[in-house]
Amino acid sequence: MKYTWDWSIYFQPAADATGTWLHYLIVGLGWTLATALAAWVMALLIGSVVGVLRTTPMKWVVRLGNAYVEIFRNVPLLVQMFLWFFVVPELLPKQLGDAVKQMPPPWGSYLPAVLCLGLYTSVRIAEQVRAGIQSLPRGQLMAATALGLTLPQAYRFVLLPMTFRVILPPLTSEFLNVIKNSSVALTIGLLELTGRARSMQEFSFKVFEAFAAATIIYLLTNLIVVLLMRMLERKVRVPGFIGSAPQGTGGH
Amino acid sequence: MFSGYDFDVIQRSWAYLFREGMTFTVTLTLMAMTGGIVFGTLLAMMRLSGFKLLGLVAGGYVNLMRSIPLVLVIFWFYFLVPYIGAWLIGAERPVAVGAFLSCVITFTMFEAAYYSEIMRAGIQSIARGQVAAGQALGLNYWQTMGYVVLPQAFRNMLPVLLTQTIILFQDTSLVYVISVTDFFGAAAKVANRDYRLVEMYTFVAVVYFIISFSLSLLVKRLQQRLAVVR
Repeated sequence: MKYTWDWSIYFQPAADATGTWLHYLIVGLGWTLATALAAWVMALLIGSVVGVLRTTPMKWVVRLGNAYVEIFRNVPLLVQMFLWFFVVPELLPKQLGDAVKQMPPPWGSYLPAVLCLGLYTSVRIAEQVRAGIQSLPRGQLMAATALGLTLPQAYRFVLLPMTFRVILPPLTSEFLNVIKNSSVALTIGLLELTGRARSMQEFSFKVFEAFAAATIIYLLTNLIVVLLMRMLERKVRVPGFIGSAPQGTGGH
Repeated sequence: MFSGYDFDVIQRSWAYLFREGMTFTVTLTLMAMTGGIVFGTLLAMMRLSGFKLLGLVAGGYVNLMRSIPLVLVIFWFYFLVPYIGAWLIGAERPVAVGAFLSCVITFTMFEAAYYSEIMRAGIQSIARGQVAAGQALGLNYWQTMGYVVLPQAFRNMLPVLLTQTIILFQDTSLVYVISVTDFFGAAAKVANRDYRLVEMYTFVAVVYFIISFSLSLLVKRLQQRLAVVR
């Protein structure tokens, strides 16, 4: 095996002349996190609403929610990314579509990437929220309604506070997923961490140094997220209640 | 809304899309599934074997694969496999491996991590008494696993394994990043050649949806049947 390692590459000036390669990759991490966080906020909002709607007694709302989930779950993320980037601007009214297409470089791919990841992840969160609500003892809703709470109040004050605590571990892994999935945005030209490792490899020919750095940065990010979420879990824990939602073993 | 669109392009290219692209996608999915389940089961057995070192190695591998994005893994293997090949046969230069083999290796290694988590849950779902009973009958480790534990673990986990395979089927579209012509890659080529992006990508989305959705319905039915029999 003949491969000449050159670990000093990280401190050599990058091709875009803004700093070293290490700096170039760190900026990539910034874009990864910016994409993942924006998509996460969107996913959490939409996913919670859809998840709740799917547990209500209203049949057609449940069916609508199920259809929403199935659509976003059965189309590959890459295809969805291309739909948001190439197809959606064409289907918008002409003026708006043109405005979207003419956005300056990072934003022109950042916005579709966030929309795509947000909706894609919202479906997974909707599943977790639904499973979490259904894993609560039925008596909780009955007790709430017996106390005279309306259905929205029962969700707001009884079911949801418990559900979110129960599904915190699976939500952590969904957050890790959205960080990983944001790498697919490189296909529509967003220079996030993986995209920058790829272009570092292309410009500097240092294949394995580039990917090794990206791998280590991803691992560290994962570690930090897991530690932070564990702290959050400890903070919001309800004494005497050890709940666990059915946690899927598959997926990524 | 669809005036000015040319859906003829699908009629002109569907033979190419399915003959070239879908064949690649399906072959890759099936080979990676087989390899992934075999390797994944071995990883799961290593983690549950009780040997500390084996468990650490397998656990480290699974966690590493599960914490980096698939796109990065595809890049890694795309460049790494030629070097590993050269190292294996003692060649001076990296060997040309070919896109297909490179993809099969990548997806086998990547999905093995996910399959191994499923198989681990499957093996753990078998009552410990069964292992003890197998040993009491004089079966060795491989016989206990092969005749008693694994057949039941597979059966219990079959729906989950198949669901993971549907995810794998969708994930194979990511070979686009190394310019391989799978179903999506073929469609992207046609889309760019004829400048029919809207039509082609919509068509691709619909095809993927129909296949994945019908497969997931089948898995659901299988799950119900297994649940009744058990």
